[in-house]
Amino acid sequence: MRPEDILSPTPAGLCCAPGGFHIDPIRPVNRAVITHGHSDHARPGHGNVLATQETLDLMRLRYGEDFAASVQALRYGEPLKVGAVTITLHPAGHVLGSAQVAVEHQGLRIVASGDYKNVADPTCAPFEPVRCDAFITEATFGLPVFRHGEPEREIAKLIDSVELFPERAHLVGAYPLGKAQRLVALIRRAGYAKPIYLHGALESITRYYQSRGIALGELRLARDAPSAELAGAIVLCPPSAVKELWSRRFPDPVTAFASGWMRVRARARQRGIELPLVISDHADWDGLTATIAATGAGEVWVTHGQEDALVHYCATHGLAARPLALMGYGEEDDADTAGEPGEPP
Amino acid sequence: MNRFATLLDRLAYEGGRNNKLKLMTEYFRSVGDPERGWALAALTGALRFQHAKPGIIRTLIAERTDPVLFALSYDYVGDLSETVALMWPARSGGLDKTREAPALSAVIATLSTLGKAELPAQLARWLDQLDETGRWALLKLVTGGLRIGVSARLAKTAAAALGDRDPQEIELLWPGLAPPYADLFAWLEGRAGRPMNRDPVPFRPAMLAHAIEAEELAALAPADFMAEWKWDGIRVQAAADRGAGGSGLARLYSRTGEDISKSFPDLVDALHFTGAIDGELLIERNGRVESFNVLQQRLNRKTVNGKLLTEFPAHLRAYDLLVEDATDLRERPFAERRARLADFVARLHEPRIGLSQLISFASWDELTAVRADPALAGIEPDTVEGVMLKRRDAPYLPGRPKGPWWKWKRDPFVVDAVLMYAQRGHGKRSSYYSDYTFGVWTRTQEGDVLVPVGKAYFGFTDQELIEIDRFVRRHTVERFGPVREVMHEANAGLVLEVAFEGLQRSTRHKSGLAMRFPRISRLRWDKPPAEADRLETLEKMLERIESTRSVEAAHPET
Repeated sequence: MRPEDILSPTPAGLCCAPGGFHIDPIRPVNRAVITHGHSDHARPGHGNVLATQETLDLMRLRYGEDFAASVQALRYGEPLKVGAVTITLHPAGHVLGSAQVAVEHQGLRIVASGDYKNVADPTCAPFEPVRCDAFITEATFGLPVFRHGEPEREIAKLIDSVELFPERAHLVGAYPLGKAQRLVALIRRAGYAKPIYLHGALESITRYYQSRGIALGELRLARDAPSAELAGAIVLCPPSAVKELWSRRFPDPVTAFASGWMRVRARARQRGIELPLVISDHADWDGLTATIAATGAGEVWVTHGQEDALVHYCATHGLAARPLALMGYGEEDDADTAGEPGEPP
Repeated sequence: MNRFATLLDRLAYEGGRNNKLKLMTEYFRSVGDPERGWALAALTGALRFQHAKPGIIRTLIAERTDPVLFALSYDYVGDLSETVALMWPARSGGLDKTREAPALSAVIATLSTLGKAELPAQLARWLDQLDETGRWALLKLVTGGLRIGVSARLAKTAAAALGDRDPQEIELLWPGLAPPYADLFAWLEGRAGRPMNRDPVPFRPAMLAHAIEAEELAALAPADFMAEWKWDGIRVQAAADRGAGGSGLARLYSRTGEDISKSFPDLVDALHFTGAIDGELLIERNGRVESFNVLQQRLNRKTVNGKLLTEFPAHLRAYDLLVEDATDLRERPFAERRARLADFVARLHEPRIGLSQLISFASWDELTAVRADPALAGIEPDTVEGVMLKRRDAPYLPGRPKGPWWKWKRDPFVVDAVLMYAQRGHGKRSSYYSDYTFGVWTRTQEGDVLVPVGKAYFGFTDQELIEIDRFVRRHTVERFGPVREVMHEANAGLVLEVAFEGLQRSTRHKSGLAMRFPRISRLRWDKPPAEADRLETLEKMLERIESTRSVEAAHPET
């Protein structure tokens, strides 16, 4: 039995033939196991969907009640026999409900991590390394220049800026699922108690987080607030809205973007960002390499992102590694925002 | 160092002038001496460290990282200092919290005394003590060239705001000040008197002109004015103290008071006088003034080498005499200063310094004719921007007083072009499509097509910007990253009237032409794209420019 007999890349996504399912398929399939609710991983139109309760809820919020023919919720750590294999879900620390999928078959365990981060996040369960024979890791930030640092320092930068420019609205671009809520929670932990304003596209997911008992303080919708109230306010919106018509009603906005990409200056400048905040829901280089070591896996498959550098790293550390050509992941959330450019605010 | 690094980091991303000022002023207010003074020195480009070369940094990082990972990272980031700052291996257990990050003043003091051999180890120690932003700032500082979009003038303006002073006051004092400027900050904060400028060759604030309109011109009496060419170079002030017993100093200032001597050592060496001349810096070859395009080739170089000095010799075309020997002439009327200037320049016998000739005219009509066709007066049209009118009785006043001096620019070249691509702007315009690529028609095997001939960022009003932006959003046919291709067909599209100052051949552009200073002068909603200009029109304009040039070259005396 080899790992590729259990999981293998197909045009529809990562396929588990002995279990009869796909993980995060990009095309409609009969049976899908979904790692988390981001739209490049969780797509509508599958027959049966197996995921954590939170991921199922988030898919329902995004795609409506009939996003799949049938669903099955699985708790973290609870083994489930699917076809000839046994699967368990383990916290991935990426966003609320995110999971790694461990697949066991005839004594061999392979873990598909989905997207993950191994640092604390007040809005989701902490990442749990899983011992395995083969580990499939993401590599979004798979270059040693990506070190995210402490998010608290970035939040301090934002709050300092609000104090320095009390007449300017601070528009913070953040992915609507996960990042936005984590930011609010971090801002609250830094002692900021004023209302935080949200773009409409962030509302339903944020309310869902609150319904799961995550404290986010007083939130208001930006569209309901008079312009004057928004001077010196922190306003969260989808990343693209920062540069769109929607942003024009704000008083002399400071444009911020919370993302691991902000570590590289050119990335921030290309987007016209004035206040880059290096806060990511993906593991940074040190996180990726530490996690690979913690799994004890002798074989590593590297997918979506900067595969080359991480494969090279594994090879120089005595691990069998190869890039896994899976299409369709990674940049989706960049475009996954409300409001097509050109639409009136 | 950390506060300074945070300031640089924030300035590098901030696009708005006022916000940059606010960030810097806040820094100067909250950081004490001598740190803020060294920061001001760094921001104004007053610091140079001779031993710090990129090669040292490459060696340091090569000793610490896997070469494949470094190559992949550098390729991704695209900037050496930044790649090294980000990749620098973290000490086990994070930053050494027991040791303070080095202070900016300590870094500068050490750098200015350290030998070349000790530099790598010292840099490595500092890099170990700093975080990503600190490392980036340190590497930018030591290798020179912060490139964060802050001019020396802007940094001085931010310092001036500390004491509600006019930045011009700092400019006047600046040549006599030295980092870390404790006396300057003491004065700005009202703790001490104004620092004395003991500089024998200080900058004197320049006098500037207003643009004149036709109706304003009609109201003026020709006899009250003298006219001269407005040369298309860079306005400079040449100050020197070379007389017996003088300091032997000479400096060249930009019109805002920045010392640009280092860029033009050839001209500075030719300033053998005591006084101050207001003039235009031009490139002259074989007695012929070159166009601004030629001058620009010299301005774009980072280092001034011998070849550049020989190929692009800098000359001074003198407009005005502010100080003659030790006598300040600025209160005297222009006619008198001008007469003295003519004598002064004649006595110098310096081939690098020439007098800007006056244009004789009896009526505005006569002047209009010469202005429209400088070749009539033996001037290459490409070397002048228009004419200057100066009141005979006007003293030399700092700033831009209305009335004594007028600039009357030549009518720019104008073509009708079609909007082809649009890109979003920055800063205030960040959500608007405000950068426009436009084209004109040319014939190909597939029939008439539009070929891009230039890009314009301004010239339109805020209202027009909103209209163009709306047009772009509604007529996008394709997107390439931040760029939108806008519908541009014979019967559908937007015609822009584009004004520009000059044309030259270019191998970089598909059209083979490059415009100088293009801007949108009018929106032609009324005009169907099919009626926009053709490439042939531009080529004819270029030929006309070139033929005037060759006529002049054949008769250099005219």
